[in-house]
Amino acid sequence: MLDTPRANLPIGTATGRWSQRHLLDVDQLDRDAITRCLDLAVEMRSLRERGERLGELAGHAIGLAFAEPSTRTRASFEIAASALGAQVLALPMEASSTTKGESLVDTLLTLERTGIDTIVLRHGASGAPYLAARATALRIVNAGDGTHAHPSQALLDALTLRDALGGLDGAVIAIVGDIGHSRVARSNLHLLARMGATVRLSGPPAWIGGFDAYPGAEVHRELATALDGADAVMALRVQLERDAGGGVPSLREYTRRWGLDEERMGWARPGAPILHPGPTNEGVELTAALAAGSRSLIGRQVSNGVAVRMAVLALLAE
Amino acid sequence: MTRFGSISDPPAGFVLTGVRVVDPESGTDAVRDLAVLDGRLAPVGDADGSIPRLDASGLVAAPAFCDLHTHLREPGGESSETITSGTRAAAHGGYATVCAMPNTEPALDEPARVAWVTSCAADAAARVRVVAAATVGRAGDQPVAVEELAASGVVGFSDDGAAIGSPRLARALMTYLAPLGLPLVEHAEDPQLAPGALMRGGQTATRLGLAGWPASAELTVVERDIALAAETGARLHLTHLSTAASLEAVRRARARGLPVSCDVTPHHLAMTDAWVAGDRTFAWDEATRAPDAFEAALDPTLAYDGRTRVNPPLPSRDDALALLAGVADGTVDAIATDHAPHPPERKAVEFASAAPGMIGLETALGVGLSAVASGRLELMTLVAALSTRPAGLIGEARALAEGEPVDLVVFDARQTWRVEPESLASRSANTPLIGMELPGVVRLTVAGGRVTYAHDLAPLS
Repeated sequence: MLDTPRANLPIGTATGRWSQRHLLDVDQLDRDAITRCLDLAVEMRSLRERGERLGELAGHAIGLAFAEPSTRTRASFEIAASALGAQVLALPMEASSTTKGESLVDTLLTLERTGIDTIVLRHGASGAPYLAARATALRIVNAGDGTHAHPSQALLDALTLRDALGGLDGAVIAIVGDIGHSRVARSNLHLLARMGATVRLSGPPAWIGGFDAYPGAEVHRELATALDGADAVMALRVQLERDAGGGVPSLREYTRRWGLDEERMGWARPGAPILHPGPTNEGVELTAALAAGSRSLIGRQVSNGVAVRMAVLALLAE
Repeated sequence: MTRFGSISDPPAGFVLTGVRVVDPESGTDAVRDLAVLDGRLAPVGDADGSIPRLDASGLVAAPAFCDLHTHLREPGGESSETITSGTRAAAHGGYATVCAMPNTEPALDEPARVAWVTSCAADAAARVRVVAAATVGRAGDQPVAVEELAASGVVGFSDDGAAIGSPRLARALMTYLAPLGLPLVEHAEDPQLAPGALMRGGQTATRLGLAGWPASAELTVVERDIALAAETGARLHLTHLSTAASLEAVRRARARGLPVSCDVTPHHLAMTDAWVAGDRTFAWDEATRAPDAFEAALDPTLAYDGRTRVNPPLPSRDDALALLAGVADGTVDAIATDHAPHPPERKAVEFASAAPGMIGLETALGVGLSAVASGRLELMTLVAALSTRPAGLIGEARALAEGEPVDLVVFDARQTWRVEPESLASRSANTPLIGMELPGVVRLTVAGGRVTYAHDLAPLS
């Protein structure tokens, strides 16, 4: 169906084979599999920059089932799947059968019968992709489940960090803010530890409890020690919509203790970059100047998102 | 061959030969022959040649079990359980008595509704006692007519599913109940301390991204109610306790001489919060999860299994072991199942949407025997926690004494069986034990002298 010749991709290498049927979280990927994904994403990125069209997913029908609002994740999965030649269907989960009382599993089984083979699932309930994976024959790509995991975000963060730092082994990454409600932080913890990085977590006490059990994780009560000499800093969105328990007394107090600005970034390694999964609350997690400044990799994260999601979809389908 | 009977059947007569009698009342643990004539224990010499002799060598005979916390779901939830199916599950599990909780639709909050359940249960496979709702419609607002309900024979009052939310209402109820001598049966859990909580707080909840209950959500209600029991003189029964701290509070209350009793469930003894992540090892098994368990990928066939969602949530391993120690040292009066049947469509859903609760009548003995096998519990203590002690709390006798209509269970403690939906008499199969092997096959259950369940117990020729 594509008239342009297929580009030659380095998919067939022996190491780092993706044996999994689904991408549920990065905890299922070993170091080789992660490296392979990032390498392939680099390849995808340059192919796209050269304007080449790819047909890796020709004949596949991929449904984007986003039961929670999303702009960047949804758009980049859609572009990635299209760029690989798949038929892409945006499934309006909020407006469909789910609001008429049909269960998630029944909705997905119905979609499976239409010939869709892969579902990119964003869902507000932690674990929903695991349910989908065991209850249907669909390939499930987790595009964010509740406060649990966001594997493609962790992979694009890893690519962005690897580009900026030259490697992840031995790197010290500080993640600041609402760790407890963050699926991004959880997936990053698994991935960065597996790649040999140390992750320092810092934020209000209610938002960092229980995380010291993760391998490679250090919990820091003080922002200054978390940032001290760090190679990169990742700010997380304060998710006011999820904070039912009240983790901080007020946003003003949060910003006073944990908000990032150029002065506090001075505690980190000189020139250390700053990342943010977006959308940002500017003036809360970080200053607008920092988000738009020379340290910021926020734009790179978004553009890497397409390449990483192309790599994920291609590797799962191989 | 498997056969169910009913509590309205004719009284049974048989002799069990060579059975190991475990009787907590008399402290007996000895192999001997046991005769039941006209539904009553009798001297073996009284049995003439017409009485069938059943070879029970290698089997254990004990007082039949008494469950303080059973959801029979009828009326209103017949798709998941009925009085008939639930009492058959009870008989299959070795129970002669179940206490039906009032979480039905409509709730059991009036004498007529209690009487309806009692009449439906007249020929059931187990005696059904009723725990009435504490408030009208279990809405936590208006107290029920406690004296009328007491006259209808209920054994306690509970808004199980939730605690009595208002401290003032809890105090009022206990004031009304004190002169009646009937307990407030409290589900101690303060939802305001954990809005949206889905499992026990801790490292597993953190990893899974599921909001966690703090242990304080149970303890604050336990301590409040103990204070009210001290003030009002009412009996307080704390059901399905799930934390070490709550048991400590019970010990302190008992030391003050307060009329406080408690039960724990088999699942809070055996299962831990790690089960929500897919672990399937019992709490007393040496930790098979390595310290680096966070390195391992979650198993998509087991993680976030809605069948592991229950209130109170599955405990930390330390709390589970403390609960078992509480059974062993007698702090815990009873092992009660909180048998909570749910249909598959309420379990095979997102974890946050899964109905809380699991079935337990047919697996309680097996779980208990697994604990005995671990060396942390004596068989005699297990039998007491399943039979004599809970029966005593609702005024039922369980002595293996001659002349009384007998409540008896006979089981093979060594034989194992695989828990499968087809192996259960319950209409529901919502337990994460499905597919696992458990020890303990019940061979005979006798309630009030009637055989309610018999399985492969051949008469001697």
